[in-house]
Amino acid sequence: MVQLTLPKNSKVRTGKTWPKPDGVNVRKFQIYRWSPDDDENPRVDTYFVDMDKCGPMVLDALIKIKNEIDPTLTFRRSCREGICGSCAMNIDGINTLACIYGLDEVKGDVKIYPLPHLPVIKDLIPDLTLFYAQHASIMPWLETKTVKPAKEWRQAIEDREKLDGLYECVMCACCSTSCPSYWWNGDRYLGPAALLHAYRWIIDSRDEATPERLDALEDPFKLYRCHTIMNCAKTCPKGLNPAKAIAEIKKMMVERVI
Amino acid sequence: MRYITARKRAEGMGAAHHGTDRHWYMMVSAVGLAVLIPVFIYIFGTAVGQGRDAVLEIFSHPFNAILSGLVLFFGMRHFAEGSTVMIEDYWQGVTRRLLVICAQSFAYGLCAIGLFALAKIAL
Repeated sequence: MVQLTLPKNSKVRTGKTWPKPDGVNVRKFQIYRWSPDDDENPRVDTYFVDMDKCGPMVLDALIKIKNEIDPTLTFRRSCREGICGSCAMNIDGINTLACIYGLDEVKGDVKIYPLPHLPVIKDLIPDLTLFYAQHASIMPWLETKTVKPAKEWRQAIEDREKLDGLYECVMCACCSTSCPSYWWNGDRYLGPAALLHAYRWIIDSRDEATPERLDALEDPFKLYRCHTIMNCAKTCPKGLNPAKAIAEIKKMMVERVI
Repeated sequence: MRYITARKRAEGMGAAHHGTDRHWYMMVSAVGLAVLIPVFIYIFGTAVGQGRDAVLEIFSHPFNAILSGLVLFFGMRHFAEGSTVMIEDYWQGVTRRLLVICAQSFAYGLCAIGLFALAKIAL
């Protein structure tokens, strides 16, 4: 059955409160901490950042904390402009990218946790191994049977436009980890991100594996665990709509039988 | 500890190659019930507070009896499929299978009892 309470060794306790700097524009950050190197429970540490000496984004504050207050704080980051998807985390209750989420969007204390319902590797770093494997399982590449053309696979402008709203996905996992169906059945349900990518290849006019792709998805768990809760569309930091992509796949499934 | 690759976990046992039938059935039955249930509620409402003979007369009318039968059959099938999806969402393993059997048995049992009662009244 669904586990509604945390096991004893996962209960989050209050952690260390770091010294408050002088300044009038100081903000409080409460950040989830857990290390596999000791046997301690996860904790929430409290940091204070002088906003007059900090950049405007949540990632700027995290980098400032790591550089100037606590070098043990661990998180992923790379591009700092919402392209790589590395800094996905739960900020103020919303799964989003720390690099493009402004501190002015957060009311009150800034609460930062790792993406929900994934095993934590350390602090704000979740284990995305299964998430990436699910993405790989939908064959995220162009599959063709026709002999390769001499120059390139051509695509009409209107066919290319069908990929808009799909190809922009950066695989940050914000959508999948906000989906209750993915929480309960993440081992069997592919999740919004993988299904959005599956649809991106299904409707690609150059791809010739549509029947095989649809066959591989026709399953009560892989596809039909989506109950149109729409958390995925609400949380997507890139403004995409995975729920719509899933609905389109379902429509194609129905078209095959009716 | 199991030494199993993430890819094998993600693939599982592969696709079951069904699910669309249930998805389509739920959509069709939802639309059908959205039409049938208000009419049924109206008929049921006319019977509320009436004496036994009046109620029997209302449900022995062919239109009312057929409509009630349709509501029972499609409503219970809709319930069976819907509750199966919910059970699949929240339970796993043997418990899941047992609960699915219970939900389906309850739905079809209730449907059979209802249809028998309707037939007894109407025929």
